[in-house]
Amino acid sequence: MSTDIRIKKGLDIKLKGKAEKITTKAVASNVYSLLPVDFHGIIPKLIAKQGAKLKAGETVFYSKTNEDIKFVSPVSGEVTEVIRGEKRKILAVKITADKEQSYQENKTVNLASASADDIKGLLLSSGCWPFVKQRPYDVIANPAVSPKAIFISAYASAPLTADYDYVLAGKEVELQAAVTALGKLTSGKVHVSVGAKSNSSLAGLNGIDLHKVSGPHPSGNISTQIAQIDPINKGEVVWTVTPQDLVIIGELLLTGKFNAERIVAVGGAIVKKPKYYKTIIGSEIASVIYDAGVEGDNFRLITGNVLTGRAINPDGFLGYYDNCVTAIPEGNDYELLGWTTPVFKKISTTRALTFSWMNKNKEYDLNTNTNGEHRAFVLTGQYEEVFPLDIFPMQILKACMYQDLDEMEQLGMYEVAPEDFALTEFVCVSKQPHQNIIRKGLDLMIKEIG
Amino acid sequence: MALKDNLHNLKEKFKGTKMSPVFGAFHTFLYMPNDTTQSGSHIRGADDLKRTMNMVIIALIPLLFFGMFNAGYQHHIATGEVEMVSSGFFSAEFWSLSNFWIGFWKILPLIIVSYVVGLGIEIFFAAKNGHEVEEGYLVTGILVPLIVPIDIPLWMLAVAVIFGVVIGKEVFGGTGMNILNPALLIRAFLFFAYPTWMSGDKVWVTGAVERTKEIADGAQLDAISGETILGALAQGQEVVYSTWDMFYGFIPGSVGETSTLLILLGALFLIFSKIGSWRIMLSSVVGALVMGFIFNQVIALGWIGESSKFYDLMNIEFWEHLLLGGFAFGAIYMATDPVTASQTNKGKWIYGFLIGFISILIRVFNPAYPEGVMLAILLMNVFAPTIDHYVVQGNVKRRQKRLKVKTV
Repeated sequence: MSTDIRIKKGLDIKLKGKAEKITTKAVASNVYSLLPVDFHGIIPKLIAKQGAKLKAGETVFYSKTNEDIKFVSPVSGEVTEVIRGEKRKILAVKITADKEQSYQENKTVNLASASADDIKGLLLSSGCWPFVKQRPYDVIANPAVSPKAIFISAYASAPLTADYDYVLAGKEVELQAAVTALGKLTSGKVHVSVGAKSNSSLAGLNGIDLHKVSGPHPSGNISTQIAQIDPINKGEVVWTVTPQDLVIIGELLLTGKFNAERIVAVGGAIVKKPKYYKTIIGSEIASVIYDAGVEGDNFRLITGNVLTGRAINPDGFLGYYDNCVTAIPEGNDYELLGWTTPVFKKISTTRALTFSWMNKNKEYDLNTNTNGEHRAFVLTGQYEEVFPLDIFPMQILKACMYQDLDEMEQLGMYEVAPEDFALTEFVCVSKQPHQNIIRKGLDLMIKEIG
Repeated sequence: MALKDNLHNLKEKFKGTKMSPVFGAFHTFLYMPNDTTQSGSHIRGADDLKRTMNMVIIALIPLLFFGMFNAGYQHHIATGEVEMVSSGFFSAEFWSLSNFWIGFWKILPLIIVSYVVGLGIEIFFAAKNGHEVEEGYLVTGILVPLIVPIDIPLWMLAVAVIFGVVIGKEVFGGTGMNILNPALLIRAFLFFAYPTWMSGDKVWVTGAVERTKEIADGAQLDAISGETILGALAQGQEVVYSTWDMFYGFIPGSVGETSTLLILLGALFLIFSKIGSWRIMLSSVVGALVMGFIFNQVIALGWIGESSKFYDLMNIEFWEHLLLGGFAFGAIYMATDPVTASQTNKGKWIYGFLIGFISILIRVFNPAYPEGVMLAILLMNVFAPTIDHYVVQGNVKRRQKRLKVKTV
């Protein structure tokens, strides 16, 4: 069954520096890093101590709350440093790569005959489980719960992210294997969404429900699609996997190798040669950013997209789930009478002497300035224009702030993830940290309701 | 830029002190701050609260200047120095410098008192509580001089502003937290504390009160008076102004409320710039028209006779209500205050409609004070959270129903 999903509310943020569709193999990184910050809510228990030799796909740490959920090394090499913070919290595990890569051999399964438990067991033991996330709460899925459906969004609508049609070309076999396997883990359906005008390699897969998505961002966000296809009710769980992670899962199922290779888009207005790079999860960001080149020295590097990514230093690492790296100028400068002068070079959803409404296709070079100071919530109605879910955005944000669990539940917290509030955060005149508020709200619910 | 660097250094020096918000309040007017995104989205939209508030002020400035001309014009008409306008909106009788200067020197002190007292309190509370000075009073500060009678004594205005800002806003936690519109609260305070300065036929034309005193002291002068049209209607007097006069605003009234034409232009600007809620504006106009139409029908059916004291106000054409008194000003600039209005889109329709409806109801049935929009908005401010509650509950119920269908 195929449904068309047409989204009207939203905002396409068009930025300069879109990656050109050329893929270069990135120089091999010396050091790779696993960062627990990528795995929200996971407390790591370290297995591979400093000095341990690992093959690619061997366990580095596992989740303290569920020992079955393992996190594996993307490369073979030696654990050279474990960086710890307060209370000995693990901040990063650094692995220096071998010259010659060797892979841990996982057993493979016959996809046609394998049972759900076989597949689940393989995904857990091989370290592919962290690619499976769940709603509610937007965290790594609990393997003990069977989801009512699995959702995959192969339509990226956020600014400067990798184009799935391009990076997934030729990966049909792996995708099919992963989808077939995941389909056995749910009693419901596997929903795959592709762009309305795309020629996605996912469109021809068997055993899926295909949906065609059109409209402005956040039409590519999985929550937006879930709300249209099969909304999450209290007590229900759905899983989500990103298409590029499906490829890793698929390859593992077919060959037994955990191949952490991935194609990432490197873009941003100040990137000299914005294009795609074939690299490995957890590699040094420098391995792609030096080749792409960045103008000036006052910039911010982001692993992920500008709306939801994480700021990193030039010596930082590619995030576990990210498929793009973005560089934008820092906005740490004052602007003379910036609150009252006409604005031509920034995006706005109003027309308050702001002129981005005049040319919807213009691309912008936005920086990290907040364009104003933090204030109490004052304006109303502006979030709703960019928020396609049937949820009251300001009311749910406030419920999170005053931590009323009943109200959060009633207003639809089970259906949202922080990324859904990236656009409301973008347009907010009060410059409130929406994503942070929602993340804290979800964490509170995990703690209190579970 | 030496100035920029010097100010930056000063800002760093004040950081963490009580002076920081005070300095910041002025600094951020000159320079938009160098704050960068720390969490969530790395880029942000161009609008901030200052820009938003500034749009409302821009929409109010034509009214302010019109009010200055009108103050002089009404004064000169009352003293017989100028004939009533006869040739449309751009009549020379109205747009004369002698009119302007009278109004300018009367209204400027109102603005100064409003801003100095109001912002002073805001800055005091910001320094005391260690938070940034929020922009809410920028708009309130200019609204206040526009909705008071021109001859209001400055000390009364100051007392009212103190009351409005402290009781109306700061006790709730400042901008964004208040229940009642502060500007209207200030006006309501004046109205109930000093009613003789807020109604009657002596306060709407500058010089009238003084002249009355001089006459009482024995001076041989003609009395000046200028009743608002609503006041005249409430007392069964004849109205001497044409409909066009009402539309253009060449009539007595509070400083900025008279020109429906300019208010209409302001409304279009606010709707175009997406700052004002068109839902509230439109629905309050509809609400007022409906109530006015009902009253017209009551007259047409003969339920109320000419002898009734309500007859004159009920009998004016239902659409003329939009031109009279402070209705247009209230509906466009007051009812749309996002903090005190309904916050949901559906709620805004209900909220606006009831404001219009109740405004005209109070206007007709309250002979002591034939202007209802102030009280109607304050009343609906109180009910706005209730309206929102039911709108939000609709969403909650829809979600629960979905769950029930599922489990069945």
